[in-house]
Amino acid sequence: MKEKVISIKGVSFQYPDQEAFALRNVSFDVYKGEWLAIVGHNGSGKSTLAKMLNGLHYPSEGTVSIGGYALIEENVWLIREKLGMVFQNPDNQFVGTTVQDDVAFGLENNGVEHSAMQERVFASLEKVGMTAFLNQEPHHLSGGQKQRVAIAGVIALRPDIVLLDEATSMLDPLGREEVINTVRELNENEGLTVISITHDLEEASRADRVIVLNEGMLYTEGTPERIFQLDRELLNLGLGVPFAVQMSQLLTDAGLQLSRRHFNEEELVKDLWTLNFEK
Amino acid sequence: MDIKLREVEYSYAAGTPFERQAIMDVTFTIPSGQYVAIIGHTGSGKSTVLQHLNALLRPLKGEIEIGSRTIAAGRKGKKLKDVRRRVGIVFQFPEHQLFDETVEKDICFGPMNFGVSEEEAKKRTREAIGLVGLPEEVLGKSPFDLSGGQMRRVAIAGVLAMKPDVLVLDEPTAGLDPRGRQDIMNMFATLQKKNGLTCVLVTHSMEDAARYADKIIIMHKGQVYRTGAPRDIFSDADSLTNVGLDIPETVRFQRMFESHLGHPLDKVCLTPEELAAEVSRLRGEMT
Ligand SMILES: Nc1ncnc2c1ncn2[C@@H]1O[C@H](COP(=O)(O)OP(=O)(O)OP(=O)(O)O)[C@@H](O)[C@H]1O
Ligand SMILES: Nc1ncnc2c1ncn2[C@@H]1O[C@H](COP(=O)(O)OP(=O)(O)OP(=O)(O)O)[C@@H](O)[C@H]1O
Ligand SMILES: [Mg+2]
Ligand SMILES: [Mg+2]
Repeated sequence: MKEKVISIKGVSFQYPDQEAFALRNVSFDVYKGEWLAIVGHNGSGKSTLAKMLNGLHYPSEGTVSIGGYALIEENVWLIREKLGMVFQNPDNQFVGTTVQDDVAFGLENNGVEHSAMQERVFASLEKVGMTAFLNQEPHHLSGGQKQRVAIAGVIALRPDIVLLDEATSMLDPLGREEVINTVRELNENEGLTVISITHDLEEASRADRVIVLNEGMLYTEGTPERIFQLDRELLNLGLGVPFAVQMSQLLTDAGLQLSRRHFNEEELVKDLWTLNFEK
Repeated sequence: MDIKLREVEYSYAAGTPFERQAIMDVTFTIPSGQYVAIIGHTGSGKSTVLQHLNALLRPLKGEIEIGSRTIAAGRKGKKLKDVRRRVGIVFQFPEHQLFDETVEKDICFGPMNFGVSEEEAKKRTREAIGLVGLPEEVLGKSPFDLSGGQMRRVAIAGVLAMKPDVLVLDEPTAGLDPRGRQDIMNMFATLQKKNGLTCVLVTHSMEDAARYADKIIIMHKGQVYRTGAPRDIFSDADSLTNVGLDIPETVRFQRMFESHLGHPLDKVCLTPEELAAEVSRLRGEMT
Protein backbone atom coordinates (compact mmCIF):
# COMPACT_ATOMS: atom_id res chain seq x y z
CA MET A 1 0.00 0.00 0.00
CA LYS A 2 1.35 3.43 -0.94
CA GLU A 3 1.53 5.85 1.94
CA LYS A 4 -0.48 9.05 1.53
CA VAL A 5 1.35 12.22 2.49
CA ILE A 6 -1.23 14.70 1.24
CA SER A 7 -4.94 14.25 0.92
CA ILE A 8 -7.15 16.85 -0.78
CA LYS A 9 -10.89 16.31 -0.62
CA GLY A 10 -13.54 18.35 -2.42
CA VAL A 11 -11.60 21.60 -2.22
CA SER A 12 -12.98 24.84 -3.61
CA PHE A 13 -11.51 28.29 -3.23
CA GLN A 14 -12.61 31.80 -4.11
CA TYR A 15 -10.42 34.92 -3.82
CA PRO A 16 -12.08 37.81 -1.96
CA ASP A 17 -14.26 40.00 -4.20
CA GLN A 18 -13.94 37.67 -7.20
CA GLU A 19 -16.90 36.15 -8.97
CA ALA A 20 -15.24 33.00 -10.23
CA PHE A 21 -13.84 30.22 -8.10
CA ALA A 22 -10.09 29.67 -8.56
CA LEU A 23 -10.45 26.02 -7.44
CA ARG A 24 -13.58 23.91 -7.87
CA ASN A 25 -14.18 20.64 -6.10
CA VAL A 26 -10.60 19.38 -6.42
CA SER A 27 -9.74 15.98 -4.91
CA PHE A 28 -6.54 13.95 -5.12
CA ASP A 29 -3.88 12.31 -2.98
CA VAL A 30 -0.10 12.55 -3.05
CA TYR A 31 1.99 9.50 -2.17
CA LYS A 32 5.25 9.31 -0.30
CA GLY A 33 8.33 9.36 -2.53
CA GLU A 34 6.52 10.07 -5.79
CA TRP A 35 7.30 12.78 -8.35
CA LEU A 36 4.02 14.42 -9.19
CA ALA A 37 3.79 16.99 -11.99
CA ILE A 38 0.92 19.47 -12.06
CA VAL A 39 0.20 21.07 -15.44
CA GLY A 40 -2.54 23.36 -16.72
CA HIS A 41 -3.21 26.57 -18.64
CA ASN A 42 -2.39 30.01 -17.24
CA GLY A 43 -4.91 30.80 -14.55
CA SER A 44 -6.01 27.18 -14.09
CA GLY A 45 -5.42 27.33 -10.34
CA LYS A 46 -1.99 25.74 -9.91
CA SER A 47 -0.39 28.44 -7.78
CA THR A 48 -3.58 28.89 -5.79
CA LEU A 49 -3.43 25.20 -4.93
CA ALA A 50 0.29 25.46 -4.14
CA LYS A 51 -0.23 28.39 -1.79
CA MET A 52 -2.99 26.46 -0.09
CA LEU A 53 -0.66 23.52 0.55
CA ASN A 54 1.73 26.01 2.16
CA GLY A 55 -0.98 27.40 4.42
CA LEU A 56 -1.34 30.76 2.66
CA HIS A 57 -4.95 30.12 1.65
CA TYR A 58 -7.61 27.99 3.31
CA PRO A 59 -10.28 26.08 1.42
CA SER A 60 -13.67 27.79 1.11
CA GLU A 61 -15.04 24.25 1.00
CA GLY A 62 -13.47 20.82 1.47
CA THR A 63 -10.50 19.59 3.49
CA VAL A 64 -6.77 19.22 3.11
CA SER A 65 -4.41 17.18 5.23
CA ILE A 66 -0.64 17.27 4.93
CA GLY A 67 1.70 14.83 6.67
CA GLY A 68 -1.14 13.83 8.97
CA TYR A 69 -2.04 17.39 9.97
CA ALA A 70 -5.32 19.01 8.99
CA LEU A 71 -4.80 22.29 7.16
CA ILE A 72 -5.99 24.75 9.82
CA GLU A 73 -4.29 27.83 11.19
CA GLU A 74 -2.92 26.16 14.33
CA ASN A 75 -1.02 23.63 12.25
CA VAL A 76 0.55 25.97 9.72
CA TRP A 77 4.06 25.94 11.21
CA LEU A 78 4.05 22.15 11.57
CA ILE A 79 2.93 21.86 7.96
CA ARG A 80 5.60 24.25 6.69
CA GLU A 81 8.25 22.10 8.36
CA LYS A 82 6.99 19.11 6.38
CA LEU A 83 6.43 20.87 3.10
CA GLY A 84 8.92 23.34 1.64
CA MET A 85 7.83 25.51 -1.23
CA VAL A 86 9.63 27.41 -3.97
CA PHE A 87 7.42 30.25 -5.21
CA GLN A 88 6.77 31.12 -8.83
CA ASN A 89 8.40 34.52 -8.31
CA PRO A 90 11.56 34.05 -6.20
CA ASP A 91 11.52 37.74 -5.20
CA ASN A 92 8.45 36.99 -3.06
CA GLN A 93 10.43 34.48 -1.08
CA PHE A 94 13.67 36.25 -0.10
CA VAL A 95 13.96 37.54 3.45
CA GLY A 96 17.72 37.78 4.06
CA THR A 97 19.92 40.67 2.97
CA THR A 98 22.60 38.31 1.67
CA VAL A 99 22.34 35.01 -0.15
CA GLN A 100 23.77 33.04 2.78
CA ASP A 101 21.60 34.79 5.37
CA ASP A 102 18.58 34.10 3.28
CA VAL A 103 19.23 30.35 3.18
CA ALA A 104 20.16 30.36 6.88
CA PHE A 105 16.98 32.16 7.87
CA GLY A 106 14.69 29.18 7.40
CA LEU A 107 17.08 26.94 9.34
CA GLU A 108 17.22 29.36 12.25
CA ASN A 109 13.44 29.34 12.32
CA ASN A 110 13.50 25.57 12.51
CA GLY A 111 15.93 25.70 15.45
CA VAL A 112 18.94 24.18 13.70
CA GLU A 113 22.06 24.86 15.77
CA HIS A 114 24.66 27.30 14.52
CA SER A 115 27.57 25.04 13.52
CA ALA A 116 25.37 22.58 11.65
CA MET A 117 23.62 25.50 10.03
CA GLN A 118 26.70 26.95 8.34
CA GLU A 119 27.52 23.61 6.86
CA ARG A 120 24.03 23.04 5.53
CA VAL A 121 23.80 26.52 4.04
CA PHE A 122 27.04 26.03 2.18
CA ALA A 123 26.20 22.49 1.07
CA SER A 124 22.85 23.52 -0.40
CA LEU A 125 24.30 26.53 -2.18
CA GLU A 126 26.98 24.26 -3.55
CA LYS A 127 24.32 21.89 -4.91
CA VAL A 128 22.86 24.72 -7.00
CA GLY A 129 26.23 26.23 -7.93
CA MET A 130 25.83 29.54 -6.09
CA THR A 131 28.74 29.58 -3.62
CA ALA A 132 30.37 32.47 -5.49
CA PHE A 133 27.51 34.74 -4.41
CA LEU A 134 27.36 34.21 -0.63
CA ASN A 135 27.29 37.89 0.24
CA GLN A 136 25.30 39.29 -2.66
CA GLU A 137 21.84 40.65 -2.01
CA PRO A 138 19.30 38.10 -3.36
CA HIS A 139 17.23 40.78 -5.10
CA HIS A 140 20.35 41.87 -7.00
CA LEU A 141 20.91 38.56 -8.76
CA SER A 142 20.07 37.61 -12.33
CA GLY A 143 16.76 35.79 -12.88
CA GLY A 144 18.24 32.31 -13.02
CA GLN A 145 20.52 32.98 -10.04
CA LYS A 146 17.47 33.99 -7.98
CA GLN A 147 15.78 30.71 -8.84
CA ARG A 148 18.87 28.74 -7.84
CA VAL A 149 19.06 30.46 -4.45
CA ALA A 150 15.35 29.95 -3.82
CA ILE A 151 15.78 26.22 -4.46
CA ALA A 152 18.84 26.06 -2.16
CA GLY A 153 16.74 27.67 0.57
CA VAL A 154 14.25 24.85 0.45
CA ILE A 155 16.74 22.00 0.04
CA ALA A 156 18.58 23.22 3.14
CA LEU A 157 15.44 22.71 5.23
CA ARG A 158 15.30 19.01 4.30
CA PRO A 159 11.52 18.84 4.24
CA ASP A 160 9.63 15.58 3.51
CA ILE A 161 7.84 17.20 0.60
CA VAL A 162 9.00 19.93 -1.79
CA LEU A 163 6.63 21.88 -3.93
CA LEU A 164 8.23 23.65 -6.88
CA ASP A 165 6.05 26.28 -8.56
CA GLU A 166 7.74 26.76 -11.95
CA ALA A 167 10.98 26.89 -10.04
CA THR A 168 13.28 26.35 -13.02
CA SER A 169 11.50 28.47 -15.64
CA MET A 170 14.44 30.86 -16.03
CA LEU A 171 17.36 28.45 -16.01
CA ASP A 172 19.53 27.72 -19.02
CA PRO A 173 19.13 24.20 -20.49
CA LEU A 174 22.06 22.59 -18.69
CA GLY A 175 21.38 24.51 -15.49
CA ARG A 176 17.80 23.24 -15.50
CA GLU A 177 19.00 19.69 -16.00
CA GLU A 178 21.48 20.05 -13.11
CA VAL A 179 18.95 21.48 -10.69
CA ILE A 180 16.30 18.90 -11.60
CA ASN A 181 18.85 16.13 -11.16
CA THR A 182 19.77 17.44 -7.72
CA VAL A 183 16.13 17.24 -6.68
CA ARG A 184 15.75 13.87 -8.41
CA GLU A 185 18.64 12.46 -6.36
CA LEU A 186 16.90 13.47 -3.16
CA ASN A 187 13.70 11.96 -4.53
CA GLU A 188 15.33 8.64 -5.41
CA ASN A 189 17.80 8.27 -2.56
CA GLU A 190 16.05 9.87 0.37
CA GLY A 191 12.41 9.37 -0.45
CA LEU A 192 11.71 13.08 -0.89
CA THR A 193 8.21 13.63 -2.26
CA VAL A 194 8.23 16.13 -5.13
CA ILE A 195 5.31 18.13 -6.46
CA SER A 196 6.38 20.09 -9.50
CA ILE A 197 4.15 22.66 -11.15
CA THR A 198 5.54 23.12 -14.62
CA HIS A 199 4.91 24.26 -18.19
CA ASP A 200 7.90 22.21 -19.33
CA LEU A 201 6.41 19.16 -21.02
CA GLU A 202 9.74 17.34 -21.16
CA GLU A 203 10.01 17.66 -17.40
CA ALA A 204 6.40 16.55 -16.90
CA SER A 205 6.99 13.55 -19.15
CA ARG A 206 9.58 12.27 -16.66
CA ALA A 207 7.25 12.45 -13.66
CA ASP A 208 5.68 9.35 -12.06
CA ARG A 209 2.26 10.89 -12.37
CA VAL A 210 0.72 13.98 -13.97
CA ILE A 211 -2.32 15.96 -12.84
CA VAL A 212 -4.01 18.29 -15.34
CA LEU A 213 -5.92 21.29 -14.02
CA ASN A 214 -8.40 23.12 -16.21
CA GLU A 215 -10.39 26.18 -15.14
CA GLY A 216 -9.90 25.36 -11.47
CA MET A 217 -10.97 21.75 -11.85
CA LEU A 218 -9.02 18.53 -11.95
CA TYR A 219 -9.40 17.55 -15.59
CA THR A 220 -7.58 14.23 -15.54
CA GLU A 221 -4.64 12.43 -13.97
CA GLY A 222 -2.40 9.53 -14.93
CA THR A 223 1.03 8.44 -16.09
CA PRO A 224 2.77 10.79 -18.53
CA GLU A 225 2.30 8.19 -21.31
CA ARG A 226 -1.43 8.24 -20.79
CA ILE A 227 -1.73 12.00 -20.47
CA PHE A 228 0.26 12.71 -23.61
CA GLN A 229 -1.91 10.28 -25.62
CA LEU A 230 -4.62 12.94 -25.32
CA ASP A 231 -2.83 14.73 -28.12
CA ARG A 232 -5.05 17.42 -29.71
CA GLU A 233 -7.26 17.57 -26.66
CA LEU A 234 -4.20 18.95 -24.86
CA LEU A 235 -4.11 21.99 -27.16
CA ASN A 236 -7.61 22.97 -26.06
CA LEU A 237 -6.39 22.73 -22.48
CA GLY A 238 -3.60 25.23 -23.24
CA LEU A 239 -1.04 22.45 -23.30
CA GLY A 240 0.93 20.61 -25.96
CA VAL A 241 2.84 17.38 -26.48
CA PRO A 242 6.50 16.54 -25.80
CA PHE A 243 9.01 16.54 -28.63
CA ALA A 244 8.96 12.81 -29.44
CA VAL A 245 5.18 12.76 -29.82
CA GLN A 246 5.24 15.86 -32.03
CA MET A 247 8.09 14.44 -34.14
CA SER A 248 6.21 11.13 -34.56
CA GLN A 249 3.20 12.99 -35.86
CA LEU A 250 5.21 15.09 -38.32
CA LEU A 251 7.06 12.04 -39.66
CA THR A 252 3.80 10.21 -40.21
CA ASP A 253 2.34 13.26 -41.95
CA ALA A 254 5.42 13.32 -44.21
CA GLY A 255 4.61 9.78 -45.32
CA LEU A 256 7.03 7.76 -43.19
CA GLN A 257 6.01 4.49 -41.55
CA LEU A 258 5.89 4.18 -37.78
CA SER A 259 4.47 1.34 -35.71
CA ARG A 260 2.92 3.82 -33.31
CA ARG A 261 3.22 7.35 -31.97
CA HIS A 262 6.27 7.36 -29.73
CA PHE A 263 6.85 8.91 -26.43
CA ASN A 264 10.55 8.24 -26.24
CA GLU A 265 13.15 9.54 -28.70
CA GLU A 266 15.34 6.42 -28.75
CA GLU A 267 12.38 4.21 -29.56
CA LEU A 268 11.17 6.62 -32.20
CA VAL A 269 14.49 6.76 -34.00
CA LYS A 270 14.83 2.96 -33.94
CA ASP A 271 11.33 2.48 -35.27
CA LEU A 272 11.87 5.11 -37.96
CA TRP A 273 15.07 3.43 -39.03
CA THR A 274 13.78 -0.14 -39.01
CA LEU A 275 10.54 0.48 -40.89
CA ASN A 276 11.82 2.95 -43.48
CA PHE A 277 15.52 2.58 -44.11
CA GLU A 278 16.72 -0.89 -43.11
CA LYS A 279 16.73 -3.31 -45.98
CA MET B 1 16.62 51.79 -37.05
CA ASP B 2 19.85 49.90 -36.38
CA ILE B 3 21.17 49.55 -32.85
CA LYS B 4 24.95 49.33 -32.43
CA LEU B 5 26.90 48.58 -29.28
CA ARG B 6 30.60 49.43 -29.24
CA GLU B 7 32.87 48.12 -26.47
CA VAL B 8 30.16 48.54 -23.88
CA GLU B 9 31.02 47.92 -20.25
CA TYR B 10 28.77 48.05 -17.20
CA SER B 11 29.17 47.38 -13.47
CA TYR B 12 26.43 47.36 -10.86
CA ALA B 13 27.02 49.51 -7.77
CA ALA B 14 30.06 51.05 -9.48
CA GLY B 15 32.38 52.91 -7.14
CA THR B 16 31.12 51.12 -4.02
CA PRO B 17 32.62 48.10 -2.22
CA PHE B 18 29.77 46.05 -3.76
CA GLU B 19 30.79 46.83 -7.32
CA ARG B 20 30.15 43.90 -9.64
CA GLN B 21 31.13 43.94 -13.27
CA ALA B 22 28.31 42.51 -15.36
CA ILE B 23 29.38 43.06 -18.98
CA MET B 24 32.56 44.19 -20.73
CA ASP B 25 33.76 44.86 -24.24
CA VAL B 26 30.36 44.07 -25.75
CA THR B 27 30.21 44.93 -29.45
CA PHE B 28 27.42 43.91 -31.80
CA THR B 29 24.85 45.28 -34.23
CA ILE B 30 21.12 44.71 -34.34
CA PRO B 31 20.18 45.47 -37.93
CA SER B 32 16.82 47.11 -38.55
CA GLY B 33 14.00 44.65 -39.19
CA GLN B 34 15.94 41.56 -38.12
CA TYR B 35 15.10 38.99 -35.48
CA VAL B 36 18.08 38.63 -33.16
CA ALA B 37 18.25 36.07 -30.33
CA ILE B 38 20.64 36.44 -27.40
CA ILE B 39 21.40 33.22 -25.54
CA GLY B 40 23.76 32.44 -22.66
CA HIS B 41 23.85 30.70 -19.30
CA THR B 42 22.47 32.17 -16.08
CA GLY B 43 24.26 35.37 -15.10
CA SER B 44 26.08 35.81 -18.41
CA GLY B 45 24.88 39.41 -18.76
CA LYS B 46 21.89 39.15 -21.12
CA SER B 47 19.43 41.25 -19.10
CA THR B 48 22.13 43.83 -18.43
CA VAL B 49 22.79 44.16 -22.17
CA LEU B 50 19.07 44.48 -22.94
CA GLN B 51 18.62 47.38 -20.56
CA HIS B 52 21.20 49.31 -22.57
CA LEU B 53 19.10 49.00 -25.71
CA ASN B 54 16.72 51.74 -24.56
CA ALA B 55 19.13 53.53 -22.25
CA LEU B 56 17.64 52.30 -18.97
CA LEU B 57 21.23 51.56 -18.06
CA ARG B 58 24.03 53.79 -19.33
CA PRO B 59 27.41 52.33 -20.21
CA LEU B 60 30.42 52.97 -17.97
CA LYS B 61 32.60 52.61 -21.05
CA GLY B 62 31.86 52.47 -24.75
CA GLU B 63 28.79 53.71 -26.58
CA ILE B 64 25.42 52.69 -27.99
CA GLU B 65 23.94 54.02 -31.19
CA ILE B 66 20.16 53.82 -31.26
CA GLY B 67 19.07 55.07 -34.68
CA SER B 68 20.43 58.59 -34.90
CA ARG B 69 21.06 58.88 -31.14
CA THR B 70 24.36 58.05 -29.47
CA ILE B 71 24.49 57.21 -25.78
CA ALA B 72 28.10 57.36 -24.65
CA ALA B 73 29.81 56.76 -21.33
CA GLY B 74 30.35 59.88 -19.26
CA ARG B 75 27.84 62.02 -21.14
CA LYS B 76 24.43 63.02 -19.83
CA GLY B 77 21.66 61.70 -22.05
CA LYS B 78 18.83 64.14 -22.64
CA LYS B 79 15.42 63.64 -24.18
CA LEU B 80 15.44 59.89 -23.98
CA LYS B 81 11.68 59.81 -24.35
CA ASP B 82 11.87 59.25 -28.08
CA VAL B 83 14.23 56.32 -27.61
CA ARG B 84 11.92 54.80 -24.99
CA ARG B 85 8.94 55.14 -27.32
CA ARG B 86 10.69 53.47 -30.19
CA VAL B 87 12.35 50.67 -28.21
CA GLY B 88 9.89 48.75 -25.99
CA ILE B 89 11.21 46.29 -23.40
CA VAL B 90 9.33 43.37 -21.86
CA PHE B 91 11.21 42.69 -18.62
CA GLN B 92 12.24 39.29 -17.32
CA PHE B 93 9.91 39.65 -14.30
CA PRO B 94 6.50 41.05 -15.27
CA GLU B 95 5.98 42.24 -11.69
CA HIS B 96 8.71 44.82 -12.34
CA GLN B 97 6.67 46.31 -15.13
CA LEU B 98 3.12 46.45 -13.75
CA PHE B 99 2.04 49.17 -11.37
CA ASP B 100 -1.40 50.65 -12.02
CA GLU B 101 -4.69 49.77 -10.29
CA THR B 102 -6.33 48.15 -13.30
CA VAL B 103 -5.03 46.24 -16.27
CA GLU B 104 -6.61 48.79 -18.61
CA LYS B 105 -4.94 51.78 -16.94
CA ASP B 106 -1.67 49.90 -16.85
CA ILE B 107 -1.65 49.20 -20.57
CA CYS B 108 -2.95 52.69 -21.49
CA PHE B 109 -0.21 54.37 -19.48
CA GLY B 110 2.60 53.76 -21.99
CA PRO B 111 0.89 55.12 -25.11
CA MET B 112 -0.68 58.07 -23.25
CA ASN B 113 2.67 58.95 -21.74
CA PHE B 114 3.95 59.28 -25.30
CA GLY B 115 1.14 61.60 -26.34
CA VAL B 116 -1.51 59.19 -27.65
CA SER B 117 -5.13 60.22 -26.89
CA GLU B 118 -7.06 58.29 -24.27
CA GLU B 119 -9.51 57.03 -26.85
CA GLU B 120 -6.74 55.73 -29.11
CA ALA B 121 -4.90 54.22 -26.11
CA LYS B 122 -8.02 52.30 -25.08
CA LYS B 123 -8.47 51.04 -28.60
CA ARG B 124 -4.87 49.85 -28.70
CA THR B 125 -5.32 48.22 -25.30
CA ARG B 126 -8.19 46.10 -26.58
CA GLU B 127 -6.19 45.05 -29.60
CA ALA B 128 -3.12 44.20 -27.52
CA ILE B 129 -5.05 42.17 -24.97
CA GLY B 130 -6.47 40.09 -27.81
CA LEU B 131 -3.02 39.54 -29.31
CA VAL B 132 -1.79 38.02 -26.02
CA GLY B 133 -4.84 35.78 -25.67
CA LEU B 134 -6.58 37.39 -22.68
CA PRO B 135 -10.35 38.02 -22.47
CA GLU B 136 -11.58 41.63 -22.14
CA GLU B 137 -12.85 40.91 -18.63
CA VAL B 138 -9.32 41.23 -17.26
CA LEU B 139 -9.22 44.93 -18.19
CA GLY B 140 -11.04 45.91 -15.00
CA LYS B 141 -8.95 43.69 -12.71
CA SER B 142 -5.91 44.66 -10.70
CA PRO B 143 -2.79 43.35 -12.44
CA PHE B 144 -1.64 41.99 -9.09
CA ASP B 145 -4.70 39.75 -8.76
CA LEU B 146 -3.65 37.72 -11.78
CA SER B 147 -1.78 34.45 -12.15
CA GLY B 148 1.90 34.55 -13.14
CA GLY B 149 1.23 33.76 -16.80
CA GLN B 150 -1.65 36.25 -16.98
CA MET B 151 0.65 38.98 -15.60
CA ARG B 152 3.23 38.09 -18.21
CA ARG B 153 0.61 38.52 -20.93
CA VAL B 154 -0.44 41.92 -19.57
CA ALA B 155 3.20 43.05 -19.48
CA ILE B 156 3.61 42.02 -23.13
CA ALA B 157 0.35 43.76 -24.09
CA GLY B 158 1.59 46.95 -22.41
CA VAL B 159 4.63 47.07 -24.65
CA LEU B 160 2.70 46.15 -27.81
CA ALA B 161 0.25 49.00 -27.17
CA MET B 162 3.14 51.48 -27.44
CA LYS B 163 3.70 50.29 -31.01
CA PRO B 164 7.48 50.40 -30.77
CA ASP B 165 9.82 49.97 -33.77
CA VAL B 166 12.03 47.64 -31.78
CA LEU B 167 10.61 44.94 -29.53
CA VAL B 168 13.02 43.80 -26.83
CA LEU B 169 11.92 40.62 -25.07
CA ASP B 170 13.63 39.24 -21.94
CA GLU B 171 12.52 35.61 -21.67
CA PRO B 172 8.98 36.54 -22.64
CA THR B 173 7.69 32.97 -22.54
CA ALA B 174 8.80 32.08 -19.00
CA GLY B 175 5.55 31.32 -17.18
CA LEU B 176 3.39 30.99 -20.30
CA ASP B 177 1.51 27.74 -20.84
CA PRO B 178 2.74 25.67 -23.83
CA ARG B 179 -0.08 26.77 -26.10
CA GLY B 180 0.36 30.43 -25.15
CA ARG B 181 4.09 30.16 -25.67
CA GLN B 182 3.58 28.97 -29.22
CA ASP B 183 0.85 31.49 -30.06
CA ILE B 184 2.71 34.47 -28.63
CA MET B 185 6.04 33.55 -30.23
CA ASN B 186 4.27 33.23 -33.58
CA MET B 187 2.60 36.59 -33.01
CA PHE B 188 6.00 38.28 -32.46
CA ALA B 189 7.36 36.63 -35.59
CA THR B 190 4.37 37.88 -37.61
CA LEU B 191 4.86 41.44 -36.34
CA GLN B 192 8.51 41.26 -37.33
CA LYS B 193 7.82 39.90 -40.81
CA LYS B 194 4.66 41.80 -41.74
CA ASN B 195 5.18 45.14 -39.95
CA GLY B 196 8.95 45.31 -40.24
CA LEU B 197 9.56 45.39 -36.48
CA THR B 198 13.01 44.62 -35.14
CA CYS B 199 12.90 41.84 -32.53
CA VAL B 200 15.52 41.17 -29.88
CA LEU B 201 14.80 38.02 -27.91
CA VAL B 202 16.62 36.73 -24.83
CA THR B 203 15.71 33.10 -24.36
CA HIS B 204 16.75 29.85 -22.73
CA SER B 205 14.81 27.95 -25.36
CA MET B 206 17.26 26.78 -28.00
CA GLU B 207 14.20 25.65 -29.97
CA ASP B 208 12.81 29.19 -30.15
CA ALA B 209 16.22 30.66 -31.02
CA ALA B 210 16.59 28.08 -33.81
CA ARG B 211 13.10 28.58 -35.21
CA TYR B 212 12.76 32.35 -35.17
CA ALA B 213 16.15 34.09 -35.20
CA ASP B 214 17.97 35.50 -38.23
CA LYS B 215 21.04 35.97 -36.07
CA ILE B 216 22.19 34.60 -32.72
CA ILE B 217 24.49 36.22 -30.17
CA ILE B 218 25.95 33.99 -27.46
CA MET B 219 26.94 35.71 -24.21
CA HIS B 220 29.41 34.14 -21.81
CA LYS B 221 30.70 35.66 -18.58
CA GLY B 222 29.73 39.17 -19.56
CA GLN B 223 31.22 39.04 -23.04
CA VAL B 224 30.11 38.14 -26.54
CA TYR B 225 31.31 34.59 -27.07
CA ARG B 226 30.04 34.05 -30.60
CA THR B 227 27.62 35.45 -33.15
CA GLY B 228 26.26 33.77 -36.24
CA ALA B 229 23.34 32.39 -38.18
CA PRO B 230 21.32 29.70 -36.35
CA ARG B 231 22.44 26.97 -38.73
CA ASP B 232 26.10 27.70 -37.99
CA ILE B 233 25.62 28.15 -34.27
CA PHE B 234 23.68 24.91 -33.82
CA SER B 235 26.02 22.84 -36.01
CA ASP B 236 28.67 23.10 -33.35
CA ALA B 237 27.43 21.30 -30.23
CA ASP B 238 30.74 21.46 -28.37
CA SER B 239 31.01 25.23 -28.43
CA LEU B 240 27.49 25.38 -26.98
CA THR B 241 28.01 22.89 -24.16
CA ASN B 242 31.28 24.68 -23.31
CA VAL B 243 29.22 27.67 -22.24
CA GLY B 244 26.36 25.83 -20.52
CA LEU B 245 24.03 25.74 -23.53
CA ASP B 246 22.75 22.91 -25.65
CA ILE B 247 21.56 22.03 -29.14
CA PRO B 248 17.80 22.17 -29.84
CA GLU B 249 15.76 18.95 -29.47
CA THR B 250 15.43 18.71 -33.25
CA VAL B 251 19.18 18.75 -33.79
CA ARG B 252 19.67 16.19 -31.02
CA PHE B 253 17.15 13.93 -32.74
CA GLN B 254 18.80 14.51 -36.11
CA ARG B 255 22.14 13.39 -34.64
CA MET B 256 20.55 10.20 -33.30
CA PHE B 257 19.15 9.49 -36.74
CA GLU B 258 22.49 10.18 -38.40
CA SER B 259 24.24 7.68 -36.16
CA HIS B 260 22.00 4.99 -37.71
CA LEU B 261 22.54 6.41 -41.17
CA GLY B 262 26.31 6.49 -40.79
CA HIS B 263 26.75 9.97 -42.24
CA PRO B 264 25.38 13.47 -41.59
CA LEU B 265 22.42 14.94 -43.50
CA ASP B 266 23.15 17.80 -45.91
CA LYS B 267 22.12 20.46 -43.41
CA VAL B 268 21.31 20.96 -39.75
CA CYS B 269 17.52 21.17 -39.45
CA LEU B 270 16.24 23.97 -37.25
CA THR B 271 12.64 22.83 -36.73
CA PRO B 272 10.90 19.46 -36.43
CA GLU B 273 8.96 20.29 -39.64
CA GLU B 274 12.19 20.81 -41.56
CA LEU B 275 13.66 17.55 -40.23
CA ALA B 276 10.56 15.53 -41.14
CA ALA B 277 10.75 16.88 -44.70
CA GLU B 278 14.47 16.10 -44.93
CA VAL B 279 14.02 12.52 -43.69
CA SER B 280 11.15 11.99 -46.10
CA ARG B 281 13.21 13.31 -49.01
CA LEU B 282 16.07 11.00 -48.07
CA ARG B 283 13.80 7.99 -48.07
CA GLY B 284 12.55 8.96 -51.50
CA GLU B 285 16.14 9.03 -52.75
CA MET B 286 17.03 5.69 -51.24
CA THR B 287 14.12 3.72 -52.63
N1 LIG C 1 -4.57 37.45 -5.53
C1 LIG C 1 -5.57 37.15 -6.37
N2 LIG C 1 -6.76 37.78 -6.30
C2 LIG C 1 -7.77 37.49 -7.13
N3 LIG C 1 -7.72 36.56 -8.10
C3 LIG C 1 -6.55 35.88 -8.24
C4 LIG C 1 -5.43 36.15 -7.38
N4 LIG C 1 -4.41 35.33 -7.75
C5 LIG C 1 -4.89 34.59 -8.78
N5 LIG C 1 -6.16 34.91 -9.08
C6 LIG C 1 -7.01 34.30 -10.12
O1 LIG C 1 -7.25 32.95 -9.79
C7 LIG C 1 -7.12 32.10 -10.93
C8 LIG C 1 -6.07 31.03 -10.68
O2 LIG C 1 -4.80 31.67 -10.56
P1 LIG C 1 -3.45 30.85 -10.26
O3 LIG C 1 -2.39 31.85 -9.93
O4 LIG C 1 -3.71 29.79 -9.29
O5 LIG C 1 -3.18 30.22 -11.71
P2 LIG C 1 -1.97 29.32 -12.22
O6 LIG C 1 -2.53 28.02 -12.67
O7 LIG C 1 -0.88 29.28 -11.22
O8 LIG C 1 -1.53 30.12 -13.54
P3 LIG C 1 -0.08 30.43 -14.15
O9 LIG C 1 0.30 29.25 -15.01
O10 LIG C 1 -0.33 31.62 -15.01
O11 LIG C 1 0.88 30.69 -13.04
C9 LIG C 1 -6.83 33.02 -12.11
O12 LIG C 1 -7.99 33.27 -12.82
C10 LIG C 1 -6.31 34.30 -11.46
O13 LIG C 1 -6.66 35.43 -12.23
N1 LIG D 1 21.02 44.79 -9.53
C1 LIG D 1 22.18 44.12 -9.53
N2 LIG D 1 23.15 44.42 -8.62
C2 LIG D 1 24.32 43.75 -8.62
N3 LIG D 1 24.64 42.76 -9.47
C3 LIG D 1 23.72 42.42 -10.39
C4 LIG D 1 22.45 43.07 -10.48
N4 LIG D 1 21.74 42.51 -11.48
C5 LIG D 1 22.54 41.55 -12.01
N5 LIG D 1 23.73 41.49 -11.37
C6 LIG D 1 24.86 40.58 -11.66
O1 LIG D 1 25.32 40.83 -12.98
C7 LIG D 1 25.60 39.62 -13.68
C8 LIG D 1 24.80 39.59 -14.98
O2 LIG D 1 23.41 39.56 -14.66
P1 LIG D 1 22.26 39.56 -15.75
O3 LIG D 1 20.99 39.77 -15.00
O4 LIG D 1 22.60 40.48 -16.84
O5 LIG D 1 22.36 38.03 -16.27
P2 LIG D 1 21.45 37.21 -17.28
O6 LIG D 1 22.33 36.75 -18.40
O7 LIG D 1 20.25 38.00 -17.63
O8 LIG D 1 21.06 35.92 -16.41
P3 LIG D 1 19.68 35.08 -16.30
O9 LIG D 1 19.63 34.18 -17.49
O10 LIG D 1 19.87 34.28 -15.05
O11 LIG D 1 18.55 36.04 -16.22
C9 LIG D 1 25.25 38.47 -12.71
O12 LIG D 1 26.42 37.93 -12.16
C10 LIG D 1 24.41 39.13 -11.64
O13 LIG D 1 24.62 38.54 -10.38
MG1 LIG E 1 1.07 30.02 -11.20
MG1 LIG F 1 18.23 37.81 -17.17
